[in-house]
Amino acid sequence: MSNTSTVRAEKGTMKTIDLASETVTDLNHALHEQANEMTIEEWEVLNPKGHHNLAVGVDQKLKIDIHGHAGYYCAGMNKEAEITIHGNVGQGVAENMMSGKVHVKGDASSAAAATAHGGLLVIEGNAGSRCGISMKGANIVVKGSVGHMSCFMGQAGALVVCGDAGDALGDSLYETHIYVKGSVKSLGADCIEKEMRQEHLDELTSLLDQAGFDDDPKAFTRYGSARQLYNFKVDNAGAY
Amino acid sequence: MSEKKKPTTELRESATFDRSTMAEIRRAADTGIYDIRGWGAKRKLPHFDDLLFLGASMSRYPLEGYREKCNTSVTLGTRFAKKPIVIDTPVTIAGMSFGALSANAKEALGRGASAVGTSTTTGDGGMTPEERGQSSKLVYQYLPSRYGMNPDDLRKADAIEVVLGQGAKPGGGGMLLGQKITDRVAKMRTLPMGVDQRSACRHPDWTGPDDLAIKILELREITDWQVPIYIKVGATRTYYDVKLAVKAGADVIVVDGMQGGTAATQEVFIEHVGIPTMAAIPQAVQALQEMGMHRKVQLIVSGGIRNGADVAKCMALGADAVAIGTAALIALGCNDPKYDAEFKAIGSAAGFYDDYHEGRDPAGISTQDPELSKRLDPVEGGRLLANYIRVLTLEAQTLARACGKNDLRNLEPEDLVALTVESAAMARVPLAGTSWIPGQQTY
Repeated sequence: MSNTSTVRAEKGTMKTIDLASETVTDLNHALHEQANEMTIEEWEVLNPKGHHNLAVGVDQKLKIDIHGHAGYYCAGMNKEAEITIHGNVGQGVAENMMSGKVHVKGDASSAAAATAHGGLLVIEGNAGSRCGISMKGANIVVKGSVGHMSCFMGQAGALVVCGDAGDALGDSLYETHIYVKGSVKSLGADCIEKEMRQEHLDELTSLLDQAGFDDDPKAFTRYGSARQLYNFKVDNAGAY
Repeated sequence: MSEKKKPTTELRESATFDRSTMAEIRRAADTGIYDIRGWGAKRKLPHFDDLLFLGASMSRYPLEGYREKCNTSVTLGTRFAKKPIVIDTPVTIAGMSFGALSANAKEALGRGASAVGTSTTTGDGGMTPEERGQSSKLVYQYLPSRYGMNPDDLRKADAIEVVLGQGAKPGGGGMLLGQKITDRVAKMRTLPMGVDQRSACRHPDWTGPDDLAIKILELREITDWQVPIYIKVGATRTYYDVKLAVKAGADVIVVDGMQGGTAATQEVFIEHVGIPTMAAIPQAVQALQEMGMHRKVQLIVSGGIRNGADVAKCMALGADAVAIGTAALIALGCNDPKYDAEFKAIGSAAGFYDDYHEGRDPAGISTQDPELSKRLDPVEGGRLLANYIRVLTLEAQTLARACGKNDLRNLEPEDLVALTVESAAMARVPLAGTSWIPGQQTY
């Protein structure tokens, strides 16, 4: 931690960690230490250079800005913190997030917000395959497009796609709400187009607002589970 | 004068199409659905009964039973974790979920394990407060479904077990049918009540050993490198899987053979996928030895462990510890003859019951029915399990002392011989009375 600089910022104390000279473990340990005493609320991470596991397991209301590209599992299991990545992220950004907000200024690789239970993931660019796989209550808003098998086995929460969706969207879906503005290459097993009622327009409007996007909610189509595969029936064998 | 009876041929049952096989054909034809059940492989397999110990005589001298110490404690997770787990007996409790089992059963497992200083393990469905509260050493499973997975529970765990598969269904995910998805189970798993839950068979955010190495680092970072990280695999290509698990950064590797139980999966999976536990251990040990990691990365073996002899044989083949699942449930009362009439009422019989997925277990163990669950007193269940583990430990010590070993982990393959050619080949020990190990060159 020798090169960590502490500087005064307008809204309190800000700490800068430069990964050119410190380790990922140093960073995460420093962030976890804040669990005991909220001494530093704002954090700046320099030179991430695609390192994996940046800012994982944070469980306090910290504001963390990562300046550059991040590798796998950035902001994994986030709870409470607001984490912004000023670059692209690798696989599994915000995986299993519980709450808080993760904002990716660039593109995200596959499995973004996989199994996430809560919180909001905003991706300004595109997301790769399996975006929102097995999501359990988080909300995801993607300004660009998402890859194939997105929302596979999605259980709860909402996925908003302002661009297009790839093959097999929402395959084996449970109760996640999916909203897509552009085209959908194909729908997965048991995923169907559904009526956009007022409650859904309200939800979508709120999510777009939270993400800071000005897309017209009425331009989106809603998709959800047909709930035909919830219980095994031999007549559905062809769908498995 | 009586008429002479003409000789006739006897009725002859087909070995290929026996009555059980024909019954399954008729059942499949009637329903159009494969059979789902719990338990592990029921077919006869080469197993530890096919191995014998060579007790001490002239060329070795034994230790005095009850007088000379024979250590049973094992430390797990010495490779990277700041806080390895120390268990007083090498017999641990395997992962079984709340959902598959009642809350009382999970609590009983925790109580029993804690009473004898060993660990118990969560399952597909997250950690319950009852289980954490009653388990002095709790291993938290990290499964493909990530049901109930949260960082707070992760940090409460004494170890993390990344589950890639299990012996009863390597390559398959968990299954919990609608009748067991009660309100509490549904909430813990974020699922609609009554849904037939089929867990994912692959992890959602990594796809191979290189990715797994990064995932393990993430778990270490989140827990500040405090607790050991296990990798659990179903026994199949064990030699390669163990090498990859070591490379991925495991502290401990759990290998579960095909006799290992499950709460529910397809019968065809249970009986036709995987390899016997006995065959997997030498592969795992060879992989560890070739990497210079035997005893540095600890090996836990599970799948069909029933008595202290099985424990001692696993350790002689090179395991550091074992895990029990089915046997632990039997100790709690699973398939107890006192419920025979009730088992028969649901189309089974005591000693045969394996329809755990139906949630109607008269013993109150593999059920979410509140009335049935009450039949298992977690305090009494804990006492029974603790006693059982004590017997396993004492039996293993007895055998180790007879072989002149003052630590269970000092048992070695040289202490064993095999009764059959198959078991000699699989366990890589000589056929009894010979120096022949099939498949190995002799000099």
